[in-house]
Amino acid sequence: MQIFHHSTNTIAKVSIFGGVFLVAASLWVLAEINRSSYNTGQYIEVQQPVQFSHKHHVGDDGIDCRYCHTSVEVSNTAGMPPTKTCMNCHSQIWNESPYLEIVRASYRENKPIEWARVHDLPDFVYFNHSIHVNKGVGCASCHGRVDTMPAVYQAAPLQMEWCLACHREPERYLRPKDKITDMHWNIDDEGVTTNSENRLAENLSDERRKLGLQLKRDNRVRDAATITSCSTCHR
Amino acid sequence: MHIKDTFPELYQIRKRPVSIEGVRAKLQEKRGREYWQSLEELAGSEEFEELLHREFPQHAAEWDDSTDRRTFLKLMGASLALAGLAGCSYQPPESIVPYVRQPEDLVPGKALYFATAMPFTGGCAPLLVRSYMGRPIKVEGNDLHPASLGAADVFAQASILGLYDPDRSQNLINRGEVRTYSGFLGELLTALEGQRGKQGAGLRFLSETVTSPTVGALMRDIKRRWPGSQWYQWEPAGGNNGSLGVRQAAGGFATPVYNFAAADRVLSLDSNFLECGPGALRYARDLASRRRANDGDTREICRLYAVETTPTNTGFFADNRVALKPSQFAAYVRGLAAAVGASSPALAGGTATSDEQLNKIAADLKAHAGACLVIAGDEAAPEIHALAHAMNTALGSVGKTVTYVEPIEENPTDQLNDLRTLVGEIDAGAVDILVIIGGNPVYTTPADLKLDEARMKKVRLAAHLSPYDDETSELCHWHIPQTHFLEEWGDTRAFDGTVTIQQPLITPLYNGKSACELLAAFTDNPDRRGYDIVRQYWLTEGRAALLGGAAAAGASGLAIPGASGTTPSATAAPSSTPAQAGANGGGNPPLGGGAAAPTSNTATGSNGAAPSTGAATPDAAFERAWRRALNDGFVANSAKRPAGGGGAGAAPNAGAAQGATTTPPATAQPAAPAAAGAYEIVFRTDPSVHDGRFSNNGWLQELPKPLTKLTWDNVAIISPVTAEKLGVGMAPDGAVEAGGPRRVNRLNYKGGEVEAETLRLTYRGRVFPDKNNKMHEEMVVPVFILPGQPDDVVTVQLGYGRWRSGRVGGNLREGRRGFNAYDLRTSDAMWSGTGLGVEATGDSYNLACTQIHFRMEGREIVRAGTFAEWKRDPTLAPERERKKEPPQPAGENREPEGGETMYPPYDYSEHEEVGRRGYKWGMAIDVATCVGCNACVVACQAENNIPVVGKEQVSRSREMHWLRVDAYFRGATEGPDGVYFMPVPCQQCENAPCEAVCPVHATVHSAEGLNDMVYNRCVGTRYCSNNCPYKVRRFNFLLFQDWDTPSLKMMRNPEVSVRSRGVMEKCTYCVQRIEYAKMEAEKESRKVRDGEIKTACQATCPTEAIIFGDLNDPNSRVAKLHAQKRRYDLLADLNTRPRTAYLGSVRNPNEDIGTGGAGRGESGNNAHGEA
Repeated sequence: MQIFHHSTNTIAKVSIFGGVFLVAASLWVLAEINRSSYNTGQYIEVQQPVQFSHKHHVGDDGIDCRYCHTSVEVSNTAGMPPTKTCMNCHSQIWNESPYLEIVRASYRENKPIEWARVHDLPDFVYFNHSIHVNKGVGCASCHGRVDTMPAVYQAAPLQMEWCLACHREPERYLRPKDKITDMHWNIDDEGVTTNSENRLAENLSDERRKLGLQLKRDNRVRDAATITSCSTCHR
Repeated sequence: MHIKDTFPELYQIRKRPVSIEGVRAKLQEKRGREYWQSLEELAGSEEFEELLHREFPQHAAEWDDSTDRRTFLKLMGASLALAGLAGCSYQPPESIVPYVRQPEDLVPGKALYFATAMPFTGGCAPLLVRSYMGRPIKVEGNDLHPASLGAADVFAQASILGLYDPDRSQNLINRGEVRTYSGFLGELLTALEGQRGKQGAGLRFLSETVTSPTVGALMRDIKRRWPGSQWYQWEPAGGNNGSLGVRQAAGGFATPVYNFAAADRVLSLDSNFLECGPGALRYARDLASRRRANDGDTREICRLYAVETTPTNTGFFADNRVALKPSQFAAYVRGLAAAVGASSPALAGGTATSDEQLNKIAADLKAHAGACLVIAGDEAAPEIHALAHAMNTALGSVGKTVTYVEPIEENPTDQLNDLRTLVGEIDAGAVDILVIIGGNPVYTTPADLKLDEARMKKVRLAAHLSPYDDETSELCHWHIPQTHFLEEWGDTRAFDGTVTIQQPLITPLYNGKSACELLAAFTDNPDRRGYDIVRQYWLTEGRAALLGGAAAAGASGLAIPGASGTTPSATAAPSSTPAQAGANGGGNPPLGGGAAAPTSNTATGSNGAAPSTGAATPDAAFERAWRRALNDGFVANSAKRPAGGGGAGAAPNAGAAQGATTTPPATAQPAAPAAAGAYEIVFRTDPSVHDGRFSNNGWLQELPKPLTKLTWDNVAIISPVTAEKLGVGMAPDGAVEAGGPRRVNRLNYKGGEVEAETLRLTYRGRVFPDKNNKMHEEMVVPVFILPGQPDDVVTVQLGYGRWRSGRVGGNLREGRRGFNAYDLRTSDAMWSGTGLGVEATGDSYNLACTQIHFRMEGREIVRAGTFAEWKRDPTLAPERERKKEPPQPAGENREPEGGETMYPPYDYSEHEEVGRRGYKWGMAIDVATCVGCNACVVACQAENNIPVVGKEQVSRSREMHWLRVDAYFRGATEGPDGVYFMPVPCQQCENAPCEAVCPVHATVHSAEGLNDMVYNRCVGTRYCSNNCPYKVRRFNFLLFQDWDTPSLKMMRNPEVSVRSRGVMEKCTYCVQRIEYAKMEAEKESRKVRDGEIKTACQATCPTEAIIFGDLNDPNSRVAKLHAQKRRYDLLADLNTRPRTAYLGSVRNPNEDIGTGGAGRGESGNNAHGEA
């Protein structure tokens, strides 16, 4: 006498397989959620108190990054421009624009403007702009094409695997030192925008790889073991 | 119901005794250990063994709070739910707030360094302060300054916490109400109007020792305006006895400056010169430079004798130590003085004795005449100082190791006499206005001259300038918050008189006033800013000194390290000066050589030239000199000139100067009242909180005191013999074991907690307030048995028992911390007295003592030998090791045969891939020169954001210090030969046991050989610390960090993560400094230079006992030290291959008089030991 129906066999098989599948699928879903911009904040435009357009200032006017972000070559932070920097120009041009009233008020009343942070690393990560810039990592490699962004968003996921992709193979991302702030330089080769693209090493052209290795030697970039040691970023 | 009630046996306080006999027997056995850390270890009690085998004591991991388990779970249920949600949320949005107009020199994210100084008990600590975006966060010593050479002491290191202390006084208070400064000025000016008629005859100022030229000038100005006014100085633990001693010897005030680098024989008379006093940092550096035995250098190292009445770091660092009762001390010193042929009026009655030991010391000193140095401590009576000066004269030290310079105080005076006069005047009702500038006299004055409530009420207007609203503020009509030294303009002098112009690092946090600003209120121009006052002084009176110094660089008798006269930039990173070459780190410039009298700086501030209050205009020369003085942190060549006008080597002619006007003060101990006890009492400042001024500083409170390793309390120290005599610690349950009742020593364990017996002290019929301010004829104090203490002598520390300190230091409401030893102190017995009655109470008191925490199971930890032994075998290896195997080649680790290891070796080959050798960070710690001053521990705490955990947590062995200084006693308990101090940070093992066991890879090897600790990965299994043989890992059992107090947020080092609960942490070799230096070097495409990276502990070490660097560079200082023959690795047989190596201690005892001070204390009451 059979207690169970024949279909039970199928159900059992399916549920065993389904169980495994379910676990795998939910892990995959979790990983995807973890990497999604919902979690990383990637691609999300951040509203600022002043409607400042990088597209206009960098793309149209061609102002160099370092005009405002002055300490990028010497300090851990690239530096946010003081109101004075804005007023260098805007005391002369657009000096009556209602958009800039906040800036003028800040200058007048000696009260700083509170900008919203776009690239926010966790507090246990110690990132230093100056060493990256001095070793040949371009601004656009991490910050994306800022010259096309009316409102700046986070172009890269800023997750640890994304950092490590470069620390393991810096040659893929190095550029000549005079091209650091260049927004147009070979950016397409680098594929900085997502985590998954970083793993596609074969995308790199031979010429680009050769240049990268040459730059790694010339700029005396330390070996991968050293720059992937935990204390490089965590302390 | 508390868990305690459910499982009482878990909480049973074990009271099994540790017997003195057992200890003694152990020591007498040949196989007994040579080195020991505590009496309990020696006795090898069961409890100790148990404690030893636990990584943390019983119940260390337990939540044991007043909150019971059910409430806890209820609370946690709610917060867990919230925590779960919080984990899924975004990072909180942050904003960036740039400047409106950015200051010129400021680069966001980069630290700036400013030179300034911390005025402290008649001297100063010259500092270089690191400031991030306007927040001072760490102090280092000023490496250009002769008094520091880069070192800083515990008080300077902890001063940052003092600045941000949330308990600092934040308001100006008038009779309990908050008022404004102008309100104060209004009342003051009205009161001063009343003084106009009598020329200020009712106006009195009471300050601490003043070395500030500007304050001196202001006081002279005030005296001109108010001729009837008086300025008194009082410091409870300053150098008063020293000043009086010089006056007694030479007939006038002068400041002795010592040069330990030129001394072959040093005799310390109750002096803790390695740790206390304005010159301590420099003296320790110089002495250490003569105490290193280097391979190939056979020059005999300096020998240090110490004669003292209570154990100090200096005494235990000495080669031969003599412990004496205070009552025998003067006679002994007189005997010594007579034996070396000194002549002094103070010698009266002192003749040669037959004490063999004494005569041998004297003979040794005489044999090295010309290279001897005799120094007396601040606590020694003036006559002892006079004798020390006479001995220096007789031994030909003057001009060689001792130079006398003009007094560095602005107005040298007999401070005790000052206080006595003031109290007399108050009692007579002659004081209308009393202005107390700094200090806390209501708390610190001796009991018979107490500025108590009754006295303070007789003053019509009393104002107190103080950083805290303290005991004195309470009794004054006005309390004015004082600026911290990092908030004010001022000036001060170092031990040799070198002037530092203090510059502020931050605007006053709480609208405080500096001493200068307050004193200006009594001048013609009452409302001046500190900057204007100080600058005005240097523009007028001080101008010649300021310009003269800059013009005539190098003319001074006191050479300044580094090229003064060139333009060193003190505002650059402190590590920019390359370390002095050579493994021994010597080569410090000679100090006070007295070669040439300075010629240019004739007009010093003390000459009292009439100040022109008119606006002198700064010219270019002044501006240059001013900026340079600020930049360097001192005015070049401003050291005081040799005293006596006789140029170099002006010796106080001890024989000639009869001190006509200065009859020696009564130094003999007053006869004890007939019925009084037979014990003697010794007063000392507390090594952590000094005279009480630092009692609200958590870093200092939690700092294990150098010899006792106690935290958060003061105790009465007695010797083991006295303990036995007093019957302290009779087993409480009266347990009688075979052989009669046994004495317990002092310890019982509940976890790591120490239960000390208490003593009842009676002293000359005095009455003392208890915790509730009720008066009693006795004082109950916890007792601590310290080997090396003279018998029948009780040492108590000042600075505790405050009733109006802050949340840390204790107050009436929340309970006092410790007992107030000032209640026992009288003006005729300031540092020691007879007639103390002592008896055991049978009660006990919990102490938090770290001596037994984190022990390493009694293995061969310390290596030490005498100079002779070192010459025979420079490895100093213990006997059995030498028998087993021939000495290994230098620099090699002594691994098990074949180098067998469980741990997979780390592959460093990737370094070579890019054609460059990587760094191999390493450290060398010299046990020979560590004086146990603890500066490294506080420096580490400040640098690495290490939290304070509190007494309760310390007693559970949860203290968080990354670096501990172990103290190993050697020899007999009655008279140990000495103490060997051994700083133990993480050893950064090559084969690290911690790394292998971490399940989440939170601690991993770095390519440069560090054992990186990754906080964000740590899940708190604590396997790593279980497996660490050095016990250097610390776990955040609770949320020890204060995340909420705004001022403490400002204090933290932004370069180091602030750890939260449940995370393991440990020493990182200051990896943030390594990374910073590496990046700076990389940007310039070069390697990190040797000496460019200094770890926090290394930078502050006065004796350069800690050296850090790259072992791959054979020329680095650390590599050379690792190659020394006396190098050894800690627990080398475990094959952990630590990167930190130790150098064995070499001492140079006089073998003729037996090893160390052993035997001296043994004979108890007998003054002359074996005699």
